[in-house]
Amino acid sequence: MTAARTQPSDHDEAGSQMTVTAERPTAERPTAERPATEPAPAPRPAKVRGRGESSPLATALAHGTLIVASLVALFPVLYIAYISLGPDKMDYLHPGAIFGKATLSNFSKVLFHTDFFTWFGNSVVVAGGTTVFGVLVAATAGYAVSRMRFPGHRQLMWTLLVTQMFPVTVLMVPLYTILSELKLLDSYLGLILVYLTTTVPYCAWLMKGYFDTIPVEIDEAGRVDGLTPFGTFWRLIIPLARPGLAVAAFYSFLTAWAEVAYASTFMLGSGKYTLAVGLQSFVSQYESQWNLMAATSVLIAIPAAVVFYLVQRHLVSGLTAGAAKS
Amino acid sequence: MAVAVQGAPSRRSREREPRPGLVQRLKLSYSKYWYAYAMVAPVVIVLGVLVGYPLVNGIYLTLTDANSLNSARQIGLKHIPATYHFIGLHNYADVLWGPGSYDRFWSHFVWTIAWTVICVTVTFAIGLGLALLMNQKLRARGLYRMLLILPWAVPTFVTVFSWRLMLADGGAVNTLLGSVGLPEPSWLSDPLAMKAAAIIVNTWCGVPFMMVSLLGGLQSIPAELYEAAEMDGATPWQRFRHVTLPGLRNVSSTVVLLGVIWTFNQFTVIFILFGTNAPDVNILVTWAYYLGFGQQPRDFAQSATYGVLLLSILIVFTSFYRRWLARNEEATR
Repeated sequence: MTAARTQPSDHDEAGSQMTVTAERPTAERPTAERPATEPAPAPRPAKVRGRGESSPLATALAHGTLIVASLVALFPVLYIAYISLGPDKMDYLHPGAIFGKATLSNFSKVLFHTDFFTWFGNSVVVAGGTTVFGVLVAATAGYAVSRMRFPGHRQLMWTLLVTQMFPVTVLMVPLYTILSELKLLDSYLGLILVYLTTTVPYCAWLMKGYFDTIPVEIDEAGRVDGLTPFGTFWRLIIPLARPGLAVAAFYSFLTAWAEVAYASTFMLGSGKYTLAVGLQSFVSQYESQWNLMAATSVLIAIPAAVVFYLVQRHLVSGLTAGAAKS
Repeated sequence: MAVAVQGAPSRRSREREPRPGLVQRLKLSYSKYWYAYAMVAPVVIVLGVLVGYPLVNGIYLTLTDANSLNSARQIGLKHIPATYHFIGLHNYADVLWGPGSYDRFWSHFVWTIAWTVICVTVTFAIGLGLALLMNQKLRARGLYRMLLILPWAVPTFVTVFSWRLMLADGGAVNTLLGSVGLPEPSWLSDPLAMKAAAIIVNTWCGVPFMMVSLLGGLQSIPAELYEAAEMDGATPWQRFRHVTLPGLRNVSSTVVLLGVIWTFNQFTVIFILFGTNAPDVNILVTWAYYLGFGQQPRDFAQSATYGVLLLSILIVFTSFYRRWLARNEEATR
């Protein structure tokens, strides 16, 4: 067997970035390593600090800065939640007045008297469809690129990388004309296909990064035991790669969930709007129902934020690992 | 059974063999790698149909005078065929140096470059600063982290709407500025203030990603390096300059590249903050969108031309950036 060991050398970084939660072992060291023979040590002068500890002033400054930054990060989100309590559509101009008349009426109006649930359903269908197709298609390619050096391998990687740089407007015009000729404008399938152009290359990258962290010995063992390449992939690697698949799935879902440009252009009727488009329809040239917009925003933000917090650690390592390599 | 898991024979052995003919090579490569091709096929087909074909189609459109009046369209039951013509490179010439090209292209180009540079620099600086603070032993680190990534957790189209409320006349931002006696610019209508507002909002949205990635990079720098540096009497600044920054090189080169691509292509922030009727603050992406979809008649050809130009700019930048990184790495080795 002449097959050279071309174990991908670029997985180490992905690996190291996944384990970034460990804290630096610091402090205490000087006292812990003191030789036991030494008689009861003289009390250390109060001024000496261990490594990694900073002066009270520096700590206070750090806390101060972080608190200010946290407030800046938190405030816009709280603000829109606060505005959503004001019953009148012009209340956003006088936020102080909302205190006296806060009510949840906007939420009931949005939930029961607008197309909110239709939009929500549309978003779920489109984002779900994008996720399922995208991950299925990307997983096999990610595996092939990770394990086999076939001719055309480099070109494929390069294509996947470049596709991630496409500005929305490059493909928008041709996709619009093509979809309109195929009568796929204003349809779920059309939008899902469009979203696949962004998620598939990215997920393939991401999955390649994840497959690189799975030892090749497992594949070899599978092959020795008589599995076909597809059997190895399906029975051994896919079960091991579940976390990676989950990250790719969440990434696709969040991307499709929050996409604005294509959805605004390709979905024409309120019955097909996704949440991102529906939200804009509250404040167009003809409408300015800021209170309903704010309430809808809160309703959209909560599930998205919950999902995000559940997966964020993996998402970060996946994002940087995927883009770092070519 | 030469089809090992990693099928590449070592380069040397391949060089020694005489080069077979093309057909034979194809046949050989097919029999050797057919399952790799089978696994890659779905992606290749999807990309070919959904990206390749539209891209070629789009490039062809840039060579025509297509707009929404002469493209194929359906009115009721009547199908009107396309009547646009091939006009060669006229669109490119018109965009780049035609009459009024300064207002149509170069002003947006300059603003796009400024926007990208300022946003990425500021975002990176703030993200690095926060990451350094978070990398210390501090109480409530987890809580800070939760709060600081909030702008990333909430979908951008939601938070940008919130900023629009805050930046409105009489909104939270101007109330705050007024209460400390600072001028209150009209963030959503004055051109210069609009640009500042766009940068502020985009920075707010982009800092969490930078911070979290850089924090990951910081935590992977071995503590021994700092210990050694301290033993040798390095000042905090020297430790930052000669331990932290080199240790972050990999992560930061990646996040800067990603930041540039994302900021350059940023659509949501500007589109939602100002709509399409604010030509001054439009970067090239939103301006191209306006040409193709925000006006009547829709100018498909010019919009596609902008798109192709944008993509070329990014590809050129990325290849130079990567070459520069590679050279830098060699220089420090």
